[in-house]
Order: sequence, then structure tokens, then C-alpha cells
Amino acid sequence: MSLISDDTAAAAVPQKGRSPWADARRRFFRNKAAMLGLAILVFVTAFALFGNVLAQWSNEELDFMVMGQVAELGGPTLSNGHYFGTDDLGRDLYARTVQGTQISLAVGIIGALIAVIVGTTYGATAGYVGGRVDTLMMRFVDIFMAVPYMFILILLLVMYGRSIGMLFVGVGMISWMDMSRIVRGQTLSLKGREFVEAARATGVPAPVIIARHIIPNLLGVIAVYATLLVPLMILTESFISFLGLGVQEPLTSLGALISEGADTLNYGTTWQLAFPLLFFILTLFGFFFVGDGLRDALDPKDR
Amino acid sequence: MSPLLSVRDLHVTFGITRAGDMPWTKPRLLHAVNGVSFDLEPGETLGIVGESGCGKSTLARGLIRMVPATGQVMWRGEKDLLAISAAEMKRYRSEIQMVFQDPLASLNPRMTLGQIIAEPLKTHRPDLSAKDRAARVAAMMERVGLLPQMINRYPHEFSGGQCQRIGIARALVVEPKLLICDEPVSALDVSIQAQVVDLLMELQSEMGLAMIFIAHDLSVVKHISDNVMVLYLGRMMERAPKRELYAAPQHPYTQALLSAVPIADPEVERTKKIIPLTGDLPSPMAPPSGCVFRTRCPRAQAQCGQTVPEAGYGDHRTACLYPGAIRAEELA
Repeated sequence: MSLISDDTAAAAVPQKGRSPWADARRRFFRNKAAMLGLAILVFVTAFALFGNVLAQWSNEELDFMVMGQVAELGGPTLSNGHYFGTDDLGRDLYARTVQGTQISLAVGIIGALIAVIVGTTYGATAGYVGGRVDTLMMRFVDIFMAVPYMFILILLLVMYGRSIGMLFVGVGMISWMDMSRIVRGQTLSLKGREFVEAARATGVPAPVIIARHIIPNLLGVIAVYATLLVPLMILTESFISFLGLGVQEPLTSLGALISEGADTLNYGTTWQLAFPLLFFILTLFGFFFVGDGLRDALDPKDR
Repeated sequence: MSPLLSVRDLHVTFGITRAGDMPWTKPRLLHAVNGVSFDLEPGETLGIVGESGCGKSTLARGLIRMVPATGQVMWRGEKDLLAISAAEMKRYRSEIQMVFQDPLASLNPRMTLGQIIAEPLKTHRPDLSAKDRAARVAAMMERVGLLPQMINRYPHEFSGGQCQRIGIARALVVEPKLLICDEPVSALDVSIQAQVVDLLMELQSEMGLAMIFIAHDLSVVKHISDNVMVLYLGRMMERAPKRELYAAPQHPYTQALLSAVPIADPEVERTKKIIPLTGDLPSPMAPPSGCVFRTRCPRAQAQCGQTVPEAGYGDHRTACLYPGAIRAEELA
């Protein structure tokens, strides 16, 4: 064609395309609140992963020097290596906070991951197949949504013992349902788009259409929702731990630490509440800011 | 030799359930396409025209089973596309490809141009190596006038005309026998329309394609088609070779449509007589009895409400009880 003749010399090198992802990334990095959130998250994650390097005590050791006089001697100080002070039993709160942050992040991320994998597959399948299958699958979700999940979760923890594995199962089980609804709704609107019709007309098999055409176009929504889901999972876990049904000693989580700190607040040991709470709030802030930034960056209405 | 595509008595019917209906309520039926028959020879272009909502697109989608259809669609005299299994249909999908109306919406925004054009090849020619596939994609891109360095770009970086070229390249990369164009130019600027239509005609003669060209722009259809079919409310009104249809339309609906085409000459336009169509398109849920066009027809008689007019056979088919040239009293 005539269009080509002008610059055949330059034609040999394929130009790099500007993908919708690259656009979103640029918008995200320009968002100050989101970058602050990301910085906080990087800090909290680094604290959880490498915080133990700085710790002078392990989380299990009892410091007999402060035991019994925690309110007087167990405060945060650099001199005896208890940066965040000690807890009621004389254990190093710094090491305990590192451990609690690890567990809380793990619960949040694993819970959100289960939600993303199960919810996306379920919702995309229901939405794409449609008809009776869709009705059946979504009514099933409706019924499960109507069950008071906290009650069931507590029952499960009581019946099968309070293990961290059970907690993951319980949190994951409830988290995917909202996700599947959102994904199904988005799939329904994508299914009517012409590029999906084009793929169907060409004879692309349904699983490939879901994987190649539907899910990549859903990833924005999924990413936003997953980032906002992580803090919700952390909150759920904290609530259960606060009730005393969550992770068990010697493991701990931010929720369990906050619960302990709140119990001993009357003895004048404010630091036992303050430090876990600080990391808890930082984590939640970080995730919410990043989630908000992702939404702004990926929202198709902004384009 | 048998025709490439032979359609007999094609019906597409949708069941409409309203919100609030009980699950056991019988859905109301909407006959989107109602007994359409036609033949298509290899290399022929059939233009399909009609108002919005007359079933043009549904007809095309029914042919390739994108919507459930009944009737008979014989492909090269060997297989009835409506009777075979979905798995068997997949084989024929590479022989019938489609170009869509909205050029940007018909391309996946997360795929590059190269991936989009390669997709039908991946589906129908899994035997090709990645290198062969890339070579075919590159050849196809050049053929539709896309620069090779654009291969890694995304759809949103292209203009409407370029997007439609991508859509055409995607349809033709598997070398189909029949190309269904569903209003391929109605979303484009007039200057771009001409380019795309010329490109389609060029490719058609190069590849020996047959085409079904759906449009509501009568002048575009006149330019590209060999034969033209006029639809109204899911029924065929008239089908004739292009020259005959435009020069001597027999059906009052065709005459009304043609008289409404604007002429790019103010003198002629001012003195031109048109046939006024009164009223709106009747609801396809409750079409008029007999001839569906009778409610708006200047020529309607009592008999039109009784008998459904048959189109007959031959080159020029008119589904009207009183066909003939325009009469003086019908003009406004």
C-alpha cells in the first residue's frame, strides 16, 4: 500500500507500544498519596521481614531483669535492648511486634489471594457461561452470604482447634464471595463487548476467551479490590484474635498484641498498646492509600 | 456448481422475559429474522440494507450461529451449518470471518496489534510455528496498509480507520471464503469510509472472497455490492442485482428508501420527489398480519392484510402483492 512507501527505512524496527498498563503505572506513580502509602507498605514489609536482624532478644525469651516490674523497668529504651519495651511477661515487644506484623500481613495477603483466585475463577465462569449455570452459582453465593460468617468461623475454630491453618481457611472461605460477585458483574458487561464477540465468531474456545480476553480486562478491578481486601482480612483476623480465638501463643498477631496491650493499659504500660497499634494503623493506611491510588490509576472512567 | 452459501427459510427468534415475570411464564417471542432465503455465489458481494432494528445484524449472526437460528444454511452444498455440532462448526469458522461495526470496541484493549491479528491463526492453525505465524501476520499487515513497526502498539493508539484495518487483517489472516461485514464503515469519517471500502474491494478481488455487506448507507452498498437485499422487520422485501434495484425498484419500501437518499446537488435535491413513509416501525413483537410493510405502505390494499407475499424465484425477487414502478400519486 501507498502508506508504507514513505518511510520503509524506519519500518524495520518495531516501535514499542504504550500499553494500558504502562499508562496506569504512570498515573499511579504521579499520585502522591499512593506513593506515600507504597512507602509505608515497603517500610512495614521490610520491618516484618528483616526486623529481627536488629532485635537483641528473641520473641520467646523472658527478661528476668524486668519481670515483675514491667511498669517501672520494661518501658521502651535502647539501654537494655527492648526498643519497644517488654510485654507483661517480660518478653521483648520489638521481637513480638515483628512477629505479629509477619502473621498479620500473611493472613491479609493469603486471605486476599484466596479471594482473588477462587472469586475470579468462580465469578468469571458464572458470568461468561450465563443462563441457568450463572443463576445457580450466584444463588449459592447469596445463600452463603446470608450465613453469619463470624459465627461459623468461631464455631469452626472452637470445633477444630485454634490453629493458624484453620484461620486461613475460615478467612479465605468468606472473602471470595464479594470478589466473585464483582467479577461476575464485570464479566457480564465485558461479554457483550465486540472484541469478545469477535473471538467467539472466530471460534476461540470459551476457557481461552475467559483467560485471554475477559480476565486481562478485569485485572484492574481485581487489583483494586484485592488491595482493599488485604486490610479487611487483617481487621477480621485482629477481631478474632482480640476475642482470643485467633493465633495462639507462642505465635502472635497484631490483633493479639493490641488485645494484650489493651488489657494491661491500666497498669500504666501504654507502650504495650502503642507500638502494635502503630504498626497496625500504618499497615491499614498503607493498603488503603495504595488501593485508592490503584483505583484512580486503573479506573476506565478517568481515561 | 452449488453456491457458496445457500440460505433457506432462516428464522431467528428470541424469547423475551420481562422483569417480574414468573419463571413459568411463557416468554414473549420476538421474530428478529423471519424466513429469509438467498444464495451467495463465490466472489459475490451481497449488500443487506434496511432500517435500524430490521434484523440485518441478527441475520448475519444467525448464519454463523452467534445467535440461535433455525432453517437451513448450506455451506458449499456440503454441510448445513445449523445442523452440525458446535465442535464441527469450529472448522467452518475459519472459512467465514466477520468485521464489526465499532472498530475500537472490536479490538481487545490489552492486546497488541500483532497478538490481535495472530489470534485466529493460533486458533485455526496451531500447526504453524511462531515464525510462520509472525510472517503471515506481517504479510497481512502490509496488505491492509499497516506499517510493520506498529506491531507492538495497542488499539487505543490507532485512529478509527486504522483500527478497522486491523479488524480486516484479523478476519482475513486465516484466508476465509466468506467475509461478513457488519456495518464496517458506519462508525468512520466519510473520507475514511471510502478508503476502507476500496481496501475491502481490493482484497476481495485479490483473494476471491465472497462478502455479505451490511449497511444502512445505500450509496456505500451501491458502490460495493453485486446484489442487494432489502430487509424490513425481519423479512426480505426485495432482492435484485444492484443495477436493477437502484434503477427500477419494484417494492414500494425499496422505492421509499431510495427516494430518501440525499443527492449532493442542491438543485436536484430541492426539486426531488420523495415517498413519505408515515408512522414508525411496528414492534417486532407484534408484527402486522399479512405483509409486514402494509401499515406504512402507500399502495396497501385490503388483500395485503390477508396474504403474506411470497418473494418468488429468480434474479429479481420482490415480496409484494402489487409490485411495480413508482406511481405519481405516491410521491409527495
